[in-house]
Amino acid sequence: MDLRELYQEVILDHGKNPRNHRFPDPYNREGRGYNPLCGDKITLRLQLDGDTITDIGFIGQGCAISQASCSTMTQALKGKTVEEAEALFGKFHAMVAGDEGSDTDLDALGKLAVFAGVREFPMRVKCATLGWHTLNQALRNEEGEAKTE
Amino acid sequence: MTISTPITSAAAPGFDARRVREDFPALHQDVHGKPLVYLDTAATSLKPQSVIDAVDEVYAKDCANIHRAVHLLSQRATARYEEARKKVQAFLNAAKKSEIVFTRGTTEAINLVAQSFGASVLREGDEVLVTELEHHSNIVPWQMLCQRTGAKLVVVPMTDRGEVLRNSFEEKLSDRTKVVALAHVSNALGTVLPVAELIALAHERGAVVLLDGAQAVSHVEVDVQALDCDFYAFSGHKLYGPTGIGVLYGKERLLDAMPPYQGGGDMIRSVTFEETIYNDLPYKFEAGTPNIAGAIGLGAAIDYYQSFDQKAVHAHERRVLEYATDALELLPGVRLIGTAPGKVAALSFLMDAAHPHDIGTIVDSEGVAIRTGHHCAQPVMEHFGIAATARASLGMYNTTDDVDALLSALEKVQELFG
Repeated sequence: MDLRELYQEVILDHGKNPRNHRFPDPYNREGRGYNPLCGDKITLRLQLDGDTITDIGFIGQGCAISQASCSTMTQALKGKTVEEAEALFGKFHAMVAGDEGSDTDLDALGKLAVFAGVREFPMRVKCATLGWHTLNQALRNEEGEAKTE
Repeated sequence: MTISTPITSAAAPGFDARRVREDFPALHQDVHGKPLVYLDTAATSLKPQSVIDAVDEVYAKDCANIHRAVHLLSQRATARYEEARKKVQAFLNAAKKSEIVFTRGTTEAINLVAQSFGASVLREGDEVLVTELEHHSNIVPWQMLCQRTGAKLVVVPMTDRGEVLRNSFEEKLSDRTKVVALAHVSNALGTVLPVAELIALAHERGAVVLLDGAQAVSHVEVDVQALDCDFYAFSGHKLYGPTGIGVLYGKERLLDAMPPYQGGGDMIRSVTFEETIYNDLPYKFEAGTPNIAGAIGLGAAIDYYQSFDQKAVHAHERRVLEYATDALELLPGVRLIGTAPGKVAALSFLMDAAHPHDIGTIVDSEGVAIRTGHHCAQPVMEHFGIAATARASLGMYNTTDDVDALLSALEKVQELFG
Protein backbone atom coordinates (compact mmCIF):
# COMPACT_ATOMS: atom_id res chain seq x y z
CA MET A 1 0.00 0.00 0.00
CA ASP A 2 1.58 3.22 -1.14
CA LEU A 3 0.29 6.27 0.68
CA ARG A 4 1.61 8.51 -2.08
CA GLU A 5 -0.90 6.87 -4.40
CA LEU A 6 -3.60 8.32 -2.19
CA TYR A 7 -2.01 11.53 -1.05
CA GLN A 8 -0.80 12.87 -4.39
CA GLU A 9 0.83 16.30 -4.37
CA VAL A 10 -2.23 17.79 -6.06
CA ILE A 11 -4.47 16.40 -3.31
CA LEU A 12 -2.22 17.65 -0.52
CA ASP A 13 -2.08 21.06 -2.15
CA HIS A 14 -5.83 21.34 -2.69
CA GLY A 15 -6.49 19.91 0.77
CA LYS A 16 -4.38 22.61 2.34
CA ASN A 17 -5.48 25.44 0.07
CA PRO A 18 -8.85 24.57 -1.39
CA ARG A 19 -9.81 26.57 -4.49
CA ASN A 20 -13.21 28.23 -4.80
CA HIS A 21 -13.49 28.10 -1.02
CA ARG A 22 -16.05 30.90 -1.04
CA PHE A 23 -19.70 31.35 -1.87
CA PRO A 24 -20.55 32.62 -5.36
CA ASP A 25 -22.71 35.74 -5.48
CA PRO A 26 -25.28 35.51 -6.88
CA TYR A 27 -26.22 31.85 -6.62
CA ASN A 28 -29.42 29.93 -7.28
CA ARG A 29 -28.60 26.39 -6.15
CA GLU A 30 -27.37 25.10 -2.81
CA GLY A 31 -26.49 21.70 -1.46
CA ARG A 32 -25.37 20.65 1.98
CA GLY A 33 -23.29 17.53 2.53
CA TYR A 34 -22.48 15.66 5.69
CA ASN A 35 -20.49 12.53 6.29
CA PRO A 36 -21.70 11.15 9.62
CA LEU A 37 -18.72 8.80 9.79
CA CYS A 38 -16.12 11.52 10.24
CA GLY A 39 -18.14 14.71 10.69
CA ASP A 40 -17.08 16.27 7.39
CA LYS A 41 -19.49 19.04 6.43
CA ILE A 42 -19.74 21.15 3.31
CA THR A 43 -22.11 23.68 1.84
CA LEU A 44 -21.92 23.99 -1.93
CA ARG A 45 -23.47 26.87 -3.86
CA LEU A 46 -23.62 27.43 -7.57
CA GLN A 47 -25.07 29.75 -10.14
CA LEU A 48 -26.91 27.99 -12.91
CA ASP A 49 -27.55 30.17 -15.96
CA GLY A 50 -29.85 28.23 -18.22
CA ASP A 51 -28.16 24.87 -18.27
CA THR A 52 -24.63 26.06 -17.53
CA ILE A 53 -22.79 26.26 -14.22
CA THR A 54 -21.35 29.76 -14.42
CA ASP A 55 -20.00 29.96 -10.88
CA ILE A 56 -19.51 27.50 -8.05
CA GLY A 57 -17.90 27.49 -4.61
CA PHE A 58 -18.03 25.74 -1.27
CA ILE A 59 -17.37 26.31 2.40
CA GLY A 60 -16.65 23.33 4.57
CA GLN A 61 -14.36 21.44 6.81
CA GLY A 62 -13.02 17.96 6.63
CA CYS A 63 -10.13 15.72 5.78
CA ALA A 64 -7.64 16.37 3.00
CA ILE A 65 -9.41 13.98 0.63
CA SER A 66 -12.87 15.53 1.01
CA GLN A 67 -11.61 19.10 0.80
CA ALA A 68 -9.33 18.43 -2.16
CA SER A 69 -12.13 16.59 -3.92
CA CYS A 70 -14.52 19.55 -3.48
CA SER A 71 -11.82 21.94 -4.59
CA THR A 72 -10.90 20.11 -7.80
CA MET A 73 -14.57 19.41 -8.48
CA THR A 74 -15.47 23.11 -8.43
CA GLN A 75 -12.56 23.84 -10.78
CA ALA A 76 -13.67 21.13 -13.17
CA LEU A 77 -17.31 22.17 -13.22
CA LYS A 78 -17.13 25.87 -13.95
CA GLY A 79 -18.59 26.41 -17.42
CA LYS A 80 -19.95 22.87 -17.71
CA THR A 81 -23.57 22.03 -18.43
CA VAL A 82 -25.65 20.02 -15.97
CA GLU A 83 -25.48 17.04 -18.27
CA GLU A 84 -21.70 17.26 -18.52
CA ALA A 85 -21.43 17.58 -14.74
CA GLU A 86 -23.52 14.49 -14.19
CA ALA A 87 -21.50 12.54 -16.72
CA LEU A 88 -18.31 13.59 -14.94
CA PHE A 89 -19.70 12.39 -11.60
CA GLY A 90 -20.50 9.06 -13.19
CA LYS A 91 -16.92 8.69 -14.42
CA PHE A 92 -15.46 9.90 -11.12
CA HIS A 93 -17.58 7.44 -9.16
CA ALA A 94 -16.58 4.58 -11.46
CA MET A 95 -12.93 5.51 -10.91
CA VAL A 96 -12.98 5.59 -7.10
CA ALA A 97 -15.67 3.00 -6.34
CA GLY A 98 -16.56 1.13 -9.52
CA ASP A 99 -16.40 -2.62 -9.88
CA GLU A 100 -13.03 -4.21 -10.37
CA GLY A 101 -12.02 -4.01 -13.99
CA SER A 102 -14.65 -1.44 -14.88
CA ASP A 103 -13.45 0.72 -17.69
CA THR A 104 -12.36 4.01 -16.23
CA ASP A 105 -11.94 6.91 -18.58
CA LEU A 106 -9.00 8.63 -16.87
CA ASP A 107 -8.38 10.96 -19.81
CA ALA A 108 -11.87 12.37 -19.64
CA LEU A 109 -11.40 13.09 -15.94
CA GLY A 110 -8.37 15.32 -16.43
CA LYS A 111 -6.99 16.55 -13.13
CA LEU A 112 -9.65 14.58 -11.26
CA ALA A 113 -7.71 11.44 -12.16
CA VAL A 114 -5.43 12.13 -9.14
CA PHE A 115 -8.15 10.51 -7.04
CA ALA A 116 -7.66 7.14 -8.75
CA GLY A 117 -5.68 5.92 -5.72
CA VAL A 118 -8.76 6.23 -3.49
CA ARG A 119 -10.00 2.95 -4.94
CA GLU A 120 -7.37 1.12 -2.86
CA PHE A 121 -8.73 2.73 0.33
CA PRO A 122 -12.40 1.68 0.52
CA MET A 123 -12.85 3.47 3.85
CA ARG A 124 -12.05 6.75 2.15
CA VAL A 125 -14.36 6.55 -0.89
CA LYS A 126 -17.03 8.51 0.97
CA CYS A 127 -14.55 11.30 1.64
CA ALA A 128 -13.81 11.61 -2.07
CA THR A 129 -17.46 11.54 -3.15
CA LEU A 130 -19.01 13.84 -0.51
CA GLY A 131 -18.67 16.94 -2.71
CA TRP A 132 -20.13 15.16 -5.71
CA HIS A 133 -23.14 13.84 -3.80
CA THR A 134 -23.69 17.38 -2.57
CA LEU A 135 -23.51 18.63 -6.14
CA ASN A 136 -26.18 16.14 -7.16
CA GLN A 137 -28.43 17.41 -4.43
CA ALA A 138 -27.80 21.06 -5.36
CA LEU A 139 -28.61 20.38 -9.02
CA ARG A 140 -31.86 18.70 -8.07
CA ASN A 141 -32.52 21.48 -5.58
CA GLU A 142 -33.54 18.94 -2.98
CA GLU A 143 -34.17 19.86 0.61
CA GLY A 144 -32.03 18.37 3.37
CA GLU A 145 -28.51 17.08 3.41
CA ALA A 146 -26.63 14.99 0.91
CA LYS A 147 -25.38 11.86 2.59
CA THR A 148 -22.65 9.59 1.47
CA GLU A 149 -24.49 6.57 2.80
CA MET B 1 11.57 14.68 46.60
CA THR B 2 10.29 12.54 43.75
CA ILE B 3 12.35 9.99 42.00
CA SER B 4 11.34 9.30 38.46
CA THR B 5 11.77 5.70 37.53
CA PRO B 6 12.50 4.86 33.93
CA ILE B 7 9.58 3.23 32.25
CA THR B 8 10.30 -0.14 30.80
CA SER B 9 8.11 -1.72 28.24
CA ALA B 10 6.26 -4.44 29.98
CA ALA B 11 7.44 -4.50 33.54
CA ALA B 12 4.83 -3.99 36.21
CA PRO B 13 4.90 -5.89 39.44
CA GLY B 14 2.77 -8.98 39.10
CA PHE B 15 1.89 -8.41 35.49
CA ASP B 16 3.85 -9.13 32.34
CA ALA B 17 2.18 -7.62 29.27
CA ARG B 18 4.73 -9.20 26.94
CA ARG B 19 3.66 -12.65 28.06
CA VAL B 20 0.01 -11.72 27.89
CA ARG B 21 0.47 -10.83 24.22
CA GLU B 22 1.15 -14.48 23.51
CA ASP B 23 -2.44 -15.26 24.47
CA PHE B 24 -3.94 -13.00 21.79
CA PRO B 25 -3.62 -14.54 18.31
CA ALA B 26 -4.88 -11.41 16.53
CA LEU B 27 -1.80 -9.51 17.71
CA HIS B 28 0.47 -11.82 15.76
CA GLN B 29 -0.24 -10.70 12.25
CA ASP B 30 1.05 -8.16 9.79
CA VAL B 31 -1.15 -5.45 8.31
CA HIS B 32 0.06 -3.61 5.22
CA GLY B 33 3.32 -5.54 5.64
CA LYS B 34 3.93 -4.20 9.17
CA PRO B 35 3.36 -5.91 12.51
CA LEU B 36 -0.06 -4.97 13.87
CA VAL B 37 -0.11 -2.38 16.64
CA TYR B 38 -3.60 -2.47 18.09
CA LEU B 39 -4.64 0.75 19.84
CA ASP B 40 -8.41 0.52 19.45
CA THR B 41 -9.49 -1.50 22.47
CA ALA B 42 -12.10 1.11 23.41
CA ALA B 43 -13.93 0.10 20.22
CA THR B 44 -13.47 -3.60 20.85
CA SER B 45 -10.84 -5.59 22.68
CA LEU B 46 -8.96 -8.46 21.08
CA LYS B 47 -9.80 -11.96 22.31
CA PRO B 48 -7.49 -14.37 24.08
CA GLN B 49 -7.23 -17.93 22.76
CA SER B 50 -9.13 -19.29 25.78
CA VAL B 51 -12.22 -17.26 24.81
CA ILE B 52 -11.99 -18.35 21.18
CA ASP B 53 -11.66 -21.98 22.33
CA ALA B 54 -14.61 -21.70 24.71
CA VAL B 55 -16.87 -20.40 21.94
CA ASP B 56 -15.58 -23.05 19.54
CA GLU B 57 -16.26 -25.77 22.05
CA VAL B 58 -19.87 -24.75 22.47
CA TYR B 59 -20.51 -25.25 18.78
CA ALA B 60 -18.27 -28.30 18.46
CA LYS B 61 -19.50 -30.16 21.55
CA ASP B 62 -22.27 -28.61 23.63
CA CYS B 63 -24.38 -27.43 20.73
CA ALA B 64 -27.88 -27.46 22.07
CA ASN B 65 -30.60 -25.10 23.16
CA ILE B 66 -30.78 -24.28 26.84
CA HIS B 67 -33.49 -24.62 29.52
CA ARG B 68 -35.41 -27.05 27.33
CA ALA B 69 -34.53 -30.55 26.31
CA VAL B 70 -33.71 -33.39 28.67
CA HIS B 71 -30.84 -34.65 26.56
CA LEU B 72 -27.25 -34.44 27.72
CA LEU B 73 -26.06 -31.77 25.29
CA SER B 74 -28.80 -29.44 26.42
CA GLN B 75 -27.94 -30.15 30.05
CA ARG B 76 -24.31 -29.32 29.43
CA ALA B 77 -25.10 -26.14 27.47
CA THR B 78 -27.55 -25.01 30.16
CA ALA B 79 -25.06 -25.67 32.93
CA ARG B 80 -22.32 -23.73 31.17
CA TYR B 81 -24.65 -20.83 30.34
CA GLU B 82 -25.76 -20.55 33.97
CA GLU B 83 -22.19 -20.96 35.15
CA ALA B 84 -21.29 -17.92 33.01
CA ARG B 85 -24.03 -15.96 34.77
CA LYS B 86 -22.46 -16.88 38.11
CA LYS B 87 -19.09 -15.66 36.89
CA VAL B 88 -20.64 -12.33 35.93
CA GLN B 89 -22.33 -12.12 39.32
CA ALA B 90 -19.02 -12.67 41.10
CA PHE B 91 -17.21 -10.28 38.77
CA LEU B 92 -19.63 -7.42 39.52
CA ASN B 93 -20.10 -8.56 43.13
CA ALA B 94 -23.87 -8.66 42.66
CA ALA B 95 -25.87 -10.00 45.60
CA LYS B 96 -27.77 -12.55 43.53
CA LYS B 97 -27.40 -14.51 40.33
CA SER B 98 -30.96 -13.57 39.38
CA GLU B 99 -29.87 -9.94 39.15
CA ILE B 100 -27.75 -10.71 36.07
CA VAL B 101 -29.61 -10.45 32.76
CA PHE B 102 -27.84 -11.37 29.53
CA THR B 103 -28.40 -8.92 26.68
CA ARG B 104 -26.84 -8.29 23.27
CA GLY B 105 -24.63 -5.61 24.74
CA THR B 106 -24.56 -2.36 26.68
CA THR B 107 -26.91 -0.69 24.21
CA GLU B 108 -29.60 -3.31 24.59
CA ALA B 109 -29.21 -3.27 28.38
CA ILE B 110 -29.79 0.50 28.48
CA ASN B 111 -32.73 0.22 26.11
CA LEU B 112 -34.20 -2.50 28.31
CA VAL B 113 -34.09 -0.23 31.36
CA ALA B 114 -35.42 2.78 29.43
CA GLN B 115 -38.32 0.90 27.89
CA SER B 116 -39.26 -1.32 30.79
CA PHE B 117 -38.37 0.60 33.94
CA GLY B 118 -38.39 4.10 32.45
CA ALA B 119 -41.67 3.78 30.63
CA SER B 120 -43.44 2.46 33.71
CA VAL B 121 -42.27 5.15 36.14
CA LEU B 122 -41.82 8.33 34.10
CA ARG B 123 -44.62 10.88 33.95
CA GLU B 124 -44.89 14.20 32.16
CA GLY B 125 -42.67 16.76 33.85
CA ASP B 126 -40.30 14.17 35.32
CA GLU B 127 -36.63 14.45 34.48
CA VAL B 128 -33.93 12.10 33.22
CA LEU B 129 -30.41 13.25 33.98
CA VAL B 130 -27.46 12.43 31.72
CA THR B 131 -24.04 14.06 31.31
CA GLU B 132 -22.49 15.88 28.39
CA LEU B 133 -19.89 13.15 27.88
CA GLU B 134 -22.26 10.23 27.31
CA HIS B 135 -21.99 7.84 24.39
CA HIS B 136 -24.98 8.09 22.04
CA SER B 137 -26.27 4.79 23.44
CA ASN B 138 -26.75 6.45 26.83
CA ILE B 139 -28.50 9.47 25.28
CA VAL B 140 -30.79 8.26 22.52
CA PRO B 141 -32.78 5.60 24.50
CA TRP B 142 -33.58 8.28 27.10
CA GLN B 143 -34.44 10.84 24.46
CA MET B 144 -36.87 8.37 22.87
CA LEU B 145 -38.36 7.69 26.29
CA CYS B 146 -38.76 11.39 27.03
CA GLN B 147 -40.55 11.91 23.72
CA ARG B 148 -42.97 9.14 24.61
CA THR B 149 -43.64 10.15 28.21
CA GLY B 150 -43.31 13.93 28.15
CA ALA B 151 -40.39 13.74 30.56
CA LYS B 152 -37.44 16.09 30.13
CA LEU B 153 -33.84 15.17 29.35
CA VAL B 154 -31.52 17.26 31.52
CA VAL B 155 -27.80 17.42 30.76
CA VAL B 156 -25.03 17.88 33.32
CA PRO B 157 -22.23 19.86 31.64
CA MET B 158 -18.59 18.79 31.73
CA THR B 159 -15.51 20.94 32.19
CA ASP B 160 -12.99 21.69 29.45
CA ARG B 161 -10.81 18.94 30.87
CA GLY B 162 -13.69 16.51 30.38
CA GLU B 163 -14.68 16.14 34.04
CA VAL B 164 -18.13 15.94 35.56
CA LEU B 165 -18.02 17.86 38.83
CA ARG B 166 -20.07 17.15 41.90
CA ASN B 167 -21.51 20.65 42.14
CA SER B 168 -22.63 20.86 38.50
CA PHE B 169 -24.30 17.48 38.98
CA GLU B 170 -26.01 18.67 42.14
CA GLU B 171 -27.21 21.80 40.37
CA LYS B 172 -29.09 19.77 37.76
CA LEU B 173 -30.50 17.25 40.21
CA SER B 174 -34.02 18.01 41.39
CA ASP B 175 -36.99 16.35 43.03
CA ARG B 176 -38.31 15.76 39.53
CA THR B 177 -35.24 13.66 38.64
CA LYS B 178 -36.44 10.06 38.37
CA VAL B 179 -33.59 8.45 36.44
CA VAL B 180 -29.88 9.29 36.32
CA ALA B 181 -27.90 7.65 33.51
CA LEU B 182 -24.13 8.02 33.77
CA ALA B 183 -21.05 6.74 32.02
CA HIS B 184 -18.74 5.08 34.52
CA VAL B 185 -15.86 5.89 32.15
CA SER B 186 -16.08 8.17 29.10
CA ASN B 187 -15.39 6.39 25.80
CA ALA B 188 -14.14 9.46 23.94
CA LEU B 189 -12.04 10.99 26.72
CA GLY B 190 -11.22 8.27 29.25
CA THR B 191 -12.58 10.30 32.17
CA VAL B 192 -13.53 8.24 35.22
CA LEU B 193 -16.63 9.76 36.77
CA PRO B 194 -16.93 10.03 40.57
CA VAL B 195 -19.87 7.69 40.36
CA ALA B 196 -20.09 6.57 44.01
CA GLU B 197 -20.47 10.18 45.09
CA LEU B 198 -22.98 10.99 42.34
CA ILE B 199 -25.04 7.89 43.06
CA ALA B 200 -25.33 8.86 46.72
CA LEU B 201 -26.50 12.36 45.74
CA ALA B 202 -29.06 10.96 43.29
CA HIS B 203 -30.38 8.52 45.88
CA GLU B 204 -30.89 11.37 48.35
CA ARG B 205 -33.35 12.78 45.81
CA GLY B 206 -34.99 9.42 45.27
CA ALA B 207 -33.67 8.93 41.73
CA VAL B 208 -32.67 5.58 40.29
CA VAL B 209 -29.17 5.37 38.79
CA LEU B 210 -27.96 3.41 35.76
CA LEU B 211 -24.24 3.20 35.05
CA ASP B 212 -22.98 2.63 31.51
CA GLY B 213 -19.97 0.49 32.27
CA ALA B 214 -18.95 -0.33 28.69
CA GLN B 215 -15.57 1.42 29.01
CA ALA B 216 -15.14 0.75 32.72
CA VAL B 217 -15.20 -3.00 33.24
CA SER B 218 -11.73 -3.67 31.86
CA HIS B 219 -10.04 -0.60 33.35
CA VAL B 220 -11.43 0.03 36.84
CA GLU B 221 -12.72 -2.27 39.54
CA VAL B 222 -16.49 -2.62 39.62
CA ASP B 223 -18.46 -3.58 42.72
CA VAL B 224 -22.14 -2.88 42.20
CA GLN B 225 -22.98 -3.32 45.87
CA ALA B 226 -20.27 -0.93 47.04
CA LEU B 227 -21.28 1.58 44.37
CA ASP B 228 -24.94 1.03 45.26
CA CYS B 229 -25.95 1.64 41.63
CA ASP B 230 -29.42 0.44 40.68
CA PHE B 231 -28.49 -0.76 37.19
CA TYR B 232 -25.14 -1.51 35.58
CA ALA B 233 -24.70 -2.22 31.86
CA PHE B 234 -21.66 -3.55 30.02
CA SER B 235 -20.60 -5.41 26.87
CA GLY B 236 -18.62 -8.63 26.70
CA HIS B 237 -16.58 -7.59 23.69
CA LYS B 238 -14.90 -4.76 25.57
CA LEU B 239 -13.82 -7.19 28.28
CA TYR B 240 -11.89 -9.55 25.95
CA GLY B 241 -15.09 -11.51 25.30
CA PRO B 242 -17.20 -12.10 22.17
CA THR B 243 -19.40 -9.54 20.44
CA GLY B 244 -23.18 -9.81 20.71
CA ILE B 245 -23.26 -10.54 24.43
CA GLY B 246 -23.71 -8.04 27.23
CA VAL B 247 -25.03 -7.76 30.72
CA LEU B 248 -27.62 -5.82 32.60
CA TYR B 249 -27.25 -5.91 36.36
CA GLY B 250 -30.30 -4.65 38.23
CA LYS B 251 -31.32 -4.67 41.87
CA GLU B 252 -33.76 -7.50 42.36
CA ARG B 253 -36.44 -5.29 43.85
CA LEU B 254 -36.42 -3.11 40.72
CA LEU B 255 -36.19 -5.94 38.18
CA ASP B 256 -39.03 -7.73 39.92
CA ALA B 257 -41.36 -4.78 39.58
CA MET B 258 -40.49 -4.13 35.94
CA PRO B 259 -42.65 -5.37 33.06
CA PRO B 260 -40.93 -7.67 30.52
CA TYR B 261 -38.96 -6.01 27.74
CA GLN B 262 -39.68 -8.49 24.96
CA GLY B 263 -42.17 -11.30 24.74
CA GLY B 264 -41.40 -14.80 23.54
CA GLY B 265 -40.08 -18.15 24.60
CA ASP B 266 -38.10 -18.72 27.80
CA MET B 267 -39.50 -15.58 29.44
CA ILE B 268 -42.82 -17.23 30.25
CA ARG B 269 -44.02 -19.77 32.77
CA SER B 270 -47.29 -20.58 31.04
CA VAL B 271 -49.16 -19.25 28.05
CA THR B 272 -52.80 -19.41 27.10
CA PHE B 273 -54.59 -17.09 24.73
CA GLU B 274 -56.26 -15.51 27.75
CA GLU B 275 -53.24 -15.05 29.97
CA THR B 276 -49.49 -15.40 30.14
CA ILE B 277 -47.61 -15.87 33.38
CA TYR B 278 -44.09 -14.55 33.22
CA ASN B 279 -41.03 -16.45 34.29
CA ASP B 280 -38.86 -15.60 37.30
CA LEU B 281 -35.83 -13.34 37.22
CA PRO B 282 -33.69 -13.11 35.24
CA TYR B 283 -35.48 -15.22 32.58
CA LYS B 284 -38.36 -12.74 32.43
CA PHE B 285 -35.95 -10.50 30.50
CA GLU B 286 -34.39 -13.15 28.28
CA ALA B 287 -36.96 -13.85 25.60
CA GLY B 288 -35.98 -16.23 22.83
CA THR B 289 -32.87 -18.33 22.42
CA PRO B 290 -30.04 -16.22 23.78
CA ASN B 291 -26.45 -15.92 22.60
CA ILE B 292 -25.45 -19.11 24.39
CA ALA B 293 -21.92 -19.33 22.99
CA GLY B 294 -21.48 -15.60 23.61
CA ALA B 295 -22.42 -15.89 27.27
CA ILE B 296 -20.10 -18.88 27.74
CA GLY B 297 -17.36 -16.96 25.91
CA LEU B 298 -17.93 -14.02 28.25
CA GLY B 299 -17.55 -16.38 31.19
CA ALA B 300 -14.22 -17.50 29.74
CA ALA B 301 -13.18 -13.86 29.27
CA ILE B 302 -13.93 -13.11 32.91
CA ASP B 303 -11.91 -16.18 33.93
CA TYR B 304 -9.03 -14.98 31.80
CA TYR B 305 -9.18 -11.41 33.07
CA GLN B 306 -9.44 -12.51 36.68
CA SER B 307 -6.46 -14.83 36.34
CA PHE B 308 -4.43 -11.62 36.70
CA ASP B 309 -4.30 -9.28 39.64
CA GLN B 310 -6.70 -6.55 38.47
CA LYS B 311 -4.82 -3.85 40.35
CA ALA B 312 -1.60 -4.84 38.57
CA VAL B 313 -3.35 -4.79 35.16
CA HIS B 314 -4.77 -1.34 35.82
CA ALA B 315 -1.41 -0.07 37.08
CA HIS B 316 0.25 -1.35 33.90
CA GLU B 317 -2.33 0.37 31.70
CA ARG B 318 -1.93 3.58 33.69
CA ARG B 319 1.83 3.50 33.13
CA VAL B 320 1.44 3.04 29.38
CA LEU B 321 -1.16 5.82 29.25
CA GLU B 322 1.14 8.19 31.15
CA TYR B 323 3.98 7.35 28.79
CA ALA B 324 1.75 8.06 25.78
CA THR B 325 0.35 11.26 27.28
CA ASP B 326 3.80 12.64 28.07
CA ALA B 327 5.08 11.79 24.60
CA LEU B 328 2.11 13.26 22.72
CA GLU B 329 2.21 16.42 24.81
CA LEU B 330 5.77 16.97 23.64
CA LEU B 331 4.93 16.60 19.94
CA PRO B 332 4.61 20.01 18.33
CA GLY B 333 1.21 20.71 16.79
CA VAL B 334 -0.57 18.06 18.87
CA ARG B 335 -3.46 18.89 21.19
CA LEU B 336 -4.91 16.42 23.68
CA ILE B 337 -8.69 16.36 24.07
CA GLY B 338 -9.78 15.23 27.54
CA THR B 339 -7.26 15.79 30.29
CA ALA B 340 -9.18 14.85 33.42
CA PRO B 341 -6.97 13.74 36.29
CA GLY B 342 -7.10 10.00 36.88
CA LYS B 343 -8.39 9.24 33.37
CA VAL B 344 -7.92 5.76 31.96
CA ALA B 345 -7.05 3.92 28.78
CA ALA B 346 -8.03 6.43 26.07
CA LEU B 347 -6.11 9.26 24.50
CA SER B 348 -8.00 11.56 22.12
CA PHE B 349 -5.92 14.06 20.17
CA LEU B 350 -5.79 16.46 17.26
CA MET B 351 -2.91 17.46 15.02
CA ASP B 352 -2.55 20.87 13.40
CA ALA B 353 -1.09 19.24 10.31
CA ALA B 354 -3.85 16.80 9.46
CA HIS B 355 -7.50 15.93 9.93
CA PRO B 356 -8.14 12.89 12.19
CA HIS B 357 -9.36 10.86 9.24
CA ASP B 358 -6.10 11.43 7.37
CA ILE B 359 -4.14 10.61 10.53
CA GLY B 360 -6.07 7.34 10.79
CA THR B 361 -5.29 6.29 7.22
CA ILE B 362 -1.61 7.20 7.47
CA VAL B 363 -0.94 5.44 10.78
CA ASP B 364 -2.89 2.43 9.50
CA SER B 365 -0.46 2.18 6.61
CA GLU B 366 2.23 1.83 9.32
CA GLY B 367 0.32 -1.01 10.92
CA VAL B 368 -1.12 1.11 13.75
CA ALA B 369 -4.87 0.75 14.34
CA ILE B 370 -6.51 3.74 16.02
CA ARG B 371 -10.03 5.11 15.88
CA THR B 372 -10.94 8.40 14.23
CA GLY B 373 -14.24 10.21 14.21
CA HIS B 374 -16.76 11.43 16.76
CA HIS B 375 -16.68 8.17 18.77
CA CYS B 376 -20.50 8.14 18.98
CA ALA B 377 -20.22 11.09 21.34
CA GLN B 378 -21.14 14.07 19.19
CA PRO B 379 -22.05 16.30 22.16
CA VAL B 380 -18.46 15.84 23.39
CA MET B 381 -17.13 16.96 20.01
CA GLU B 382 -19.49 19.92 20.07
CA HIS B 383 -18.22 20.93 23.51
CA PHE B 384 -14.71 21.25 22.11
CA GLY B 385 -15.91 22.81 18.83
CA ILE B 386 -14.47 20.00 16.73
CA ALA B 387 -15.89 17.42 14.34
CA ALA B 388 -13.66 14.49 15.23
CA THR B 389 -10.57 13.33 17.07
CA ALA B 390 -8.00 10.61 16.62
CA ARG B 391 -8.14 8.22 19.57
CA ALA B 392 -5.59 5.70 20.73
CA SER B 393 -6.95 3.37 23.40
CA LEU B 394 -5.32 0.69 25.47
CA GLY B 395 -5.87 -2.85 26.60
CA MET B 396 -3.90 -5.07 28.94
CA TYR B 397 -1.74 -6.29 26.04
CA ASN B 398 -0.42 -2.86 25.05
CA THR B 399 3.11 -1.80 25.94
CA THR B 400 5.16 1.33 25.52
CA ASP B 401 6.51 -0.27 22.32
CA ASP B 402 3.03 0.23 20.86
CA VAL B 403 3.14 3.88 21.89
CA ASP B 404 6.55 4.23 20.23
CA ALA B 405 5.11 2.73 17.04
CA LEU B 406 2.27 5.26 17.17
CA LEU B 407 4.74 8.10 17.64
CA SER B 408 6.82 7.11 14.63
CA ALA B 409 3.62 6.68 12.58
CA LEU B 410 2.63 10.20 13.59
CA GLU B 411 5.99 11.38 12.28
CA LYS B 412 4.89 10.06 8.88
CA VAL B 413 1.81 12.27 9.18
CA GLN B 414 4.05 15.26 9.84
CA GLU B 415 6.28 14.30 6.91
CA LEU B 416 3.39 14.03 4.51
CA PHE B 417 1.32 16.95 5.72
CA GLY B 418 3.75 19.12 7.68
